[in-house]
Amino acid sequence: MSLDAAAVRRIARLARIRVDDAEVETLKSELNAILGYVEQLSAVDVEGITPLSGGAQMALRQRADILTDGGISEKILANAPDREGNFFAVPKVVE
Amino acid sequence: MSLFDLTLAQASKALHLGEVTALELTTAYIKAVEELNPRLNAYITTTPDLALDQALEADMRLQNGTATALTGIPIAMKDLFCTAGVRTTAGSKILSPFVPPYESTVSGKLKAAGAVTLGKANLDEFAMGSSNITSAYGPVENPWKRTGSDAKLVPGGSSGGSATAVAARIALAATGTDTGGSIRQPASFTGIAGIKPTYGRCSRYGIVAFASSLDQAGPMARTVEDNALLLNVMAGFDDKDSTSANIAVPDFTAALNQGVKGKRIGIPKEYRLEGTNPEILALWDQGIAWLKDAGAEVVDISLPHTKYGLAVYYIVAPAEASSNLARYDGVRFGARVDGVDLIDMYERTRAAGFGTEVKRRIMIGTYVLSHGYYDAYYLKAQKVRALILRDFQQAFEQVDAILTPTAPSAAFGLGEKMDDPVTMYLNDVFTVPASLAGVPAMSVPAGLSSEGLPLGLQIIGNHFDEATVFAVSAAIEKAAGFTALPELRAK
Repeated sequence: MSLDAAAVRRIARLARIRVDDAEVETLKSELNAILGYVEQLSAVDVEGITPLSGGAQMALRQRADILTDGGISEKILANAPDREGNFFAVPKVVE
Repeated sequence: MSLFDLTLAQASKALHLGEVTALELTTAYIKAVEELNPRLNAYITTTPDLALDQALEADMRLQNGTATALTGIPIAMKDLFCTAGVRTTAGSKILSPFVPPYESTVSGKLKAAGAVTLGKANLDEFAMGSSNITSAYGPVENPWKRTGSDAKLVPGGSSGGSATAVAARIALAATGTDTGGSIRQPASFTGIAGIKPTYGRCSRYGIVAFASSLDQAGPMARTVEDNALLLNVMAGFDDKDSTSANIAVPDFTAALNQGVKGKRIGIPKEYRLEGTNPEILALWDQGIAWLKDAGAEVVDISLPHTKYGLAVYYIVAPAEASSNLARYDGVRFGARVDGVDLIDMYERTRAAGFGTEVKRRIMIGTYVLSHGYYDAYYLKAQKVRALILRDFQQAFEQVDAILTPTAPSAAFGLGEKMDDPVTMYLNDVFTVPASLAGVPAMSVPAGLSSEGLPLGLQIIGNHFDEATVFAVSAAIEKAAGFTALPELRAK
């Protein structure tokens, strides 16, 4: 499987990263080099193998469904690039 | 003997005996940072005022009997650990304005133990790299030089700033994080020791996430003993990390003098890769001989899926990264670039905020998780990952620890291995399998290359058996008697 320029643009859109035309060509060859390298996995027989999603040798815990935090909106908003009162501000979404 | 010759353990003893105060030690290190950091670029942010306050408090604790082994010890904190009130960048432009309102668990534990923080150590952007050249805050210089050459070498990565800080003696120790080799490879490149503990041993809470199923914090220091003293404090269960292991933490220093008599050490034949530098193989053979001499039994083992480790890693890690880094959208924190609408703002923010390696990995991750490709890439990689884990599980039925080289080469020059991303990725060939299996692994300096550069050996242990890793590492360290020092260092 080899990516063409259109595929690179589609992936960039999915990843929400703006790429210009000059970058597309470079990315295409770099991404194809990486995909070419990982292609070797197709040689491995994984019949009947359960996929391993994590490094932890244990089941994930659940915690009690209770509030453990809160009332720190100023702390949270302190890093906001833009705010309106107690809200994060973004460009207009609905006309 | 100068203050800078003291290891962490020796400095701790001197502090407790009152031979030196935390203020004197910290002041000396702050001065060394001021002198050497402009050249080495090991720190992105220095915090001398904070360090002096912490040193004064440490001296009080040393006097009133509440001091720990780390009280008054000046360390570097990898700039991936969120530190309350101190800027945390992850080596990325997108986090340049970010001042965390909270503290990571590991940095908090070190603070509570009385460690003094000199600053935030440089790293590859979002810990993605093996050379520290992807940092948005400039590359870090390795304090070591090839014999007769002044060429700048990389310190390895991603914990390159941490490694250089310790090696150049502008920190007594440092924190690192390791996703595919980011503690071990830079430790090998700079002639220091560093351990990636078992996945789940140290809390990931407050560490800027790269690949959550692989990320693990660990110490980097001059000696195996110093690492044990640090890990004693850094490890432990944390309710705030869903994958934190609720398993008792032993005193790791107890393992240091255990020796290797009667221990079975596995030598995996698959790590003898074709084309590996003969110097690296010779050092590995030397390590095997040292352990035999110390009474260990050496056993040939097979880890048959080793050769697929890197391919699995370069699917799994980017997949997780693409998901983790989706949070950098210019809305809640970090840098923003305005656009004509919301989507345009996202796309411009991320294009300007991320460097090329990070963008590449996000895009690969996005692709392998996308509709139609998920099974062929991501699911397949997860299955091969299961086989890699099984390899280790079977090996540890026969042996107590595994010995391998840490990296396929000594430190390379700034600008080398830049031809294509895959060449750079090959640096992690020996370290990635242990990361995928979640087992602990340590790099110990074991010798010098013909060019005078440090080389490390890697000791891999079974899940939650860091004690054996420390025991074997201490035996290698003792046999190697590595005393060489880098050219650039505080004296």
